[in-house]
Amino acid sequence: MNLGALLRVALRALAVNKLRSALTMLGIIIGVAAVIVMIAVGAGAQARVEAQIRALGSNLLLILSGARTQGGVRLGTGSNYTLSEDDAIAINREIPEALAAPALRGGAQVIWGNTNWATQVYGSTPEYLDVRQWTLASGRSFEPAEMSGSGKVALVGQTVVTQLFGDADPVDQVIRIKRVPFRVIGVLEGKGQSLWGTDQDDLIIVPIATARTRVLGAAHAVRQRAVSTVWVKVADGHDVKVIEDQVRRLLRQRHRLQPGTDDDFSLRNLSEAMAAQEASSRVLALLLAAVASVSLIVGGIGIMNIMLVSVTERTREIGLRMAVGARTRDILGQFLVEAVTLSLIGGLIGVVLGIGGAMAVARFAGWQVLLSPTAVVLAVAFAFAIGVFFGYYPARKAARLNPVEALRFE
Amino acid sequence: MADALICARDLVKVYRVGDNEIRALDGISVEIARGEFVTVMGPSGSGKSTFMNLLGCLDRPSGGEYLFDGQRISDLERDALAAVRNRHLGFVFQNFNLLARTSALENVELPLIYAGVAARDRRARALEMLDRVGLSERTNHHPSQLSGGQQQRVAIARALVMRPLLIFADEPTGALDSHTSLDIMALLQELNRQGMTVVLVTHETDIARFAGRVLRFLDGHLVADEHRAAADAARLLDEHQAVA
Repeated sequence: MNLGALLRVALRALAVNKLRSALTMLGIIIGVAAVIVMIAVGAGAQARVEAQIRALGSNLLLILSGARTQGGVRLGTGSNYTLSEDDAIAINREIPEALAAPALRGGAQVIWGNTNWATQVYGSTPEYLDVRQWTLASGRSFEPAEMSGSGKVALVGQTVVTQLFGDADPVDQVIRIKRVPFRVIGVLEGKGQSLWGTDQDDLIIVPIATARTRVLGAAHAVRQRAVSTVWVKVADGHDVKVIEDQVRRLLRQRHRLQPGTDDDFSLRNLSEAMAAQEASSRVLALLLAAVASVSLIVGGIGIMNIMLVSVTERTREIGLRMAVGARTRDILGQFLVEAVTLSLIGGLIGVVLGIGGAMAVARFAGWQVLLSPTAVVLAVAFAFAIGVFFGYYPARKAARLNPVEALRFE
Repeated sequence: MADALICARDLVKVYRVGDNEIRALDGISVEIARGEFVTVMGPSGSGKSTFMNLLGCLDRPSGGEYLFDGQRISDLERDALAAVRNRHLGFVFQNFNLLARTSALENVELPLIYAGVAARDRRARALEMLDRVGLSERTNHHPSQLSGGQQQRVAIARALVMRPLLIFADEPTGALDSHTSLDIMALLQELNRQGMTVVLVTHETDIARFAGRVLRFLDGHLVADEHRAAADAARLLDEHQAVA
């Protein structure tokens, strides 16, 4: 018997007990729908984490100035400006796989027209945008002359734009940072919240020399080229760990640290923290899918149960089919196709319900969901496999019946 | 007999029920020639059903040898037996054994499906057989829409559709009234006259008289093998109708 004929026979047999077939499918329907919703929710959560990682910039190292001890009191990370702009320049020169940008940071009140806003002012170099993977929504970045000549120009973040300018175009407007006038030359693209919930768009970037002399005040001017942080981006395709070691060695050498002494800076691998977070969200997604697939297996047991009942009910039919020439594989195929038809139809209905369910979750619970075709195909394939696996035993039982006994079965 | 379609020698069938051995058949030897109309008789438990199951290739003997059309059946595998049944044997049962919710046409097509005959051919051959048993008007009816006699005709068409060498009829009139029984027997006799070998199991002497040969079974033994003149079912049917 060919597949088309088997399918017709299966559909007819299933149509005889419509309610029973529908109830049997229900297990698979719920299972497949649950798998699809769970994978969509899990993938959504993962996508959110990934988006945050992308916003931060991947392959990122953060170097912080070290601790200072003043009269026995240890003042903590960043209390001593052990890093300098020259460290960043040296990294860029010595390690071609790394791109470094020094940064100074301080809070400042910003005024435009009759509005004002407290924000963070970063002093840095044009590389900072590359390192943080920050693009400009409008305007331009700093030019070399502005860097060397302490130009009073600024790049503003989206939050600052909203708070200060409202709907007005900020480019070429003049703002006052600590009463010093700056011309806005560019607007940064929005990045949203960081993984730890801070607003990454609430900032202004100015050339580092300008920040030191005009904005952040005397404290920073004490040591001519000192900076609080250096951001380092490792070029794609290079092992962040290896570059991290190279950077550490270079800095220790530049700071003339003896072997065995502690670093006077702290070097953090941000990608690693991100990767851990991503891994945990992936585990969560897997866990959800695993729980959902348990219901698929329960559905499969339901199919096996009904198929066993069906084989018993149709023993005489099986005997007759054998009498007129059905071989073992004909009977096996007939019942196997019936089980798989049950599970596949259930699977397809489950896909429709699952997609609807995922959309409902996105709409009413406000969670981010991500429907992937792979998950849909996988769920249907799993339903198919369940049909084969749980349909095989009843089908084999049917195919092994003794024709004489089957024909005489009451 | 060179012309023997069925040749059974010392057929033994033993069933094991718990610790007891039941010898359902105890050394049966018989030959049936092409074109014969044989009836197998005996009380229940006599072994006639077991004998039929063996001859019908539905079961394998515990001992002895069975040649069907010159082929040793005794040592064929399950699927090989299925192929012999499919190609060379036709079965007619007491309770018709038609598939429910399936048209007469599709019921008749069933053996052709397992023989791998293409759909268009199948339909043509099934229609031809239904026409031959006088049911060309009822091809799309389901069994529940047909009378007992009509259902048995569908079953006979199904038995004939593969052009078998032999038809086994197991109490074919057991579920039918006497008039319809005569009708079915007339049909079987007509097929026999056209050359079909027929083996009929019955316990009714009324039905057995239409066969030219009677095999009587008792306690697993063949106790009688009689040749005699058969009654003509078609003529009896005419007389019935004349009286009515």
